[in-house]
Amino acid sequence: MIEKTLKGKPAYWIWLAILGSLIAIGWACYFRQYAYGLGLTGMSRDVSWGLYISQFTFLVGVAAGGLMLVLPYYIHNYKVFGRITILGEFLAIAALVMCLMFIMADLGQPLRGLNVLFYPTPHSMLFWDMCVLWGYLLLNLLCGWVILTAERKQVPPPKWIYFFVYLSLPFAVSIHTVTAMLYCGLPGRHFWLSAIIAPRFLASAFAAGPSLILIACAVMKKFANFDVGEEAVKKLTTIIMYAVIINTFFFLLEFFVGYYSEVPGHMHALEYLFFGLEHHGEVYNNLVPFMWTATLFNFAGLGILAYMKISKMFDFRLVTVAAVLIFLALWADKGLGFVFAGFVPNPLEEVTEYVPTLNELGITIGVWATGFFLLTLLYKIALGVEHEVEE
Amino acid sequence: MDNKRRKFLKMAGATVLAGISAPALVKLSSTSAVASGEGGQAAPAASHGNAGGHGEEQPSGVRLGMVIDMRQFYQDQGLLDEAIAACVKAHNVPQIPDPKSEIKWIWKTGFGNLFPEHSQKLRSEKIKNSQFPALCNHCDNPSCVKACPTKATFVVEKNGIVAMDFHRCIGCRFCMAACPYGARSFNWQDPRPFIKEYNADFPTRMRGVVEKCNFCGERLALGLEPACVEACKGTGAIVFGDLNDSHSEIRKVLDQEFTIQRKPSAGTMPSVFYIV
Repeated sequence: MIEKTLKGKPAYWIWLAILGSLIAIGWACYFRQYAYGLGLTGMSRDVSWGLYISQFTFLVGVAAGGLMLVLPYYIHNYKVFGRITILGEFLAIAALVMCLMFIMADLGQPLRGLNVLFYPTPHSMLFWDMCVLWGYLLLNLLCGWVILTAERKQVPPPKWIYFFVYLSLPFAVSIHTVTAMLYCGLPGRHFWLSAIIAPRFLASAFAAGPSLILIACAVMKKFANFDVGEEAVKKLTTIIMYAVIINTFFFLLEFFVGYYSEVPGHMHALEYLFFGLEHHGEVYNNLVPFMWTATLFNFAGLGILAYMKISKMFDFRLVTVAAVLIFLALWADKGLGFVFAGFVPNPLEEVTEYVPTLNELGITIGVWATGFFLLTLLYKIALGVEHEVEE
Repeated sequence: MDNKRRKFLKMAGATVLAGISAPALVKLSSTSAVASGEGGQAAPAASHGNAGGHGEEQPSGVRLGMVIDMRQFYQDQGLLDEAIAACVKAHNVPQIPDPKSEIKWIWKTGFGNLFPEHSQKLRSEKIKNSQFPALCNHCDNPSCVKACPTKATFVVEKNGIVAMDFHRCIGCRFCMAACPYGARSFNWQDPRPFIKEYNADFPTRMRGVVEKCNFCGERLALGLEPACVEACKGTGAIVFGDLNDSHSEIRKVLDQEFTIQRKPSAGTMPSVFYIV
């Protein structure tokens, strides 16, 4: 099936070439970082995790979000999702590859990465995160490939694969739960030390993943003659709306806990994110514009989808706009604010702000480009098989 | 005080001896005999310790701890600088000017930074204007050890020190996020050019690994006191010893004085106490 990636229209090759050059830039930046050390990033003693880990966290969510396509199809036998289930599985693969690359980019001693296997440490959440991420990646590779092969041969998938399909469902939940546990089990980091982190992660994942799939569907409709169908899109927007509403609700609960209890540790990070944190006469607020833009995008996206439901109209372009807005909002929430604000203030109540460096941005963009490159190839294969079957 | 210390050392030594084999017993007792012959040097509880290693440790119930008597430091703020300088020299701690990349084992900070959970209102001028030493608490329940995915940071069972294996650390910095005391530093670049005075007795580090105070495990193994304790010798500003030994000097200080620990609410059970 891999041969499907070798034939394409000029737009396909131009897109791959753009991604390829971004990947090359990413590698060049990575070699610089590899030679010098992580000092080439904006991270510091106080903000010891930056863009790499925050992108990792967000992308675990994108990978888990594929569950919202797989679950209705396999558990509820919702046939309308038949054509896009494979897109969810392939998105999970690309997102997980990005996650693992971001982890590698973040390690101070990447060549020692295998120490996690040589000295397995069950009391470390990072160990379990590695287990579930690799498990979910392998499950998706297996299920995606076997089911697509069966589709190509126009035979029903073998029975044994359903065991792995059903196994992948709890795995999807587990990857984001365990990723949340990396944060919410740490004493002394008030913003993260909250039992609602894992549910909030899942809620935002179930909106971010399907949103990205909707965006991909819109692109493929325009460039690849692939129509996912109005009913599937409508159902996806319903799922996204519920997930966004639940995520927003959870986030507002954090606000209530902080600002009603007025426990300083519970307010600091929220203050830093949305209003700017005053400390020794200086105001630290470099994330404030991002968070308010995200808030605006979040409600605008939600509003567009709600309007379409209420007025019973449907416009795929409007859906795409809403999906982009929601995806960006959730990215700013989890891919920026959540990780960075956890380090503000530091355990000694000093404030250090984090600003990524150009080199760091280069690596980050390079990893994203790698993920989209892989996603493009995988979707090309999936669509190629579908078109072949239709003929 | 020296007499007391010798007594503590005997007790601590005996505790260790109880847990190790006969040949080691002969070797150890001769070492401490030499040590006390040289003017009451600390023959420590961890005479057999290797700070960097990760072999099987004999559990013997020793838990090393520290009492920092701020009354001495209020009087003489230069004393803290001396303690820090001794640590920097003993451990090849690089002096990096950029605060973002700083490596800190023991360092100076304000009361409000050290004890953010305590009220800062209406504090005396003395407290407001003094610098307090901050260092790794060598917690009894260390969250950094829980977080580490490779056991590169671990509790040395025979003396309770939270130690690091610089050669195993993958540089994921999970321990830095987990530590509620900000005690851990990461080598964002090669630290070696920033070492002012090289000490061949302690390894330098490479970039990409985390490091922190090790309670001078390597000095204890040689029968020496921790560098900062030695720098404050005679003042009683820092008392070091076995928290589990009811006859130790540190326990006597803890019995007599009101002490506080940093962030007890974190549940990590710090082994460093402060008399403020």
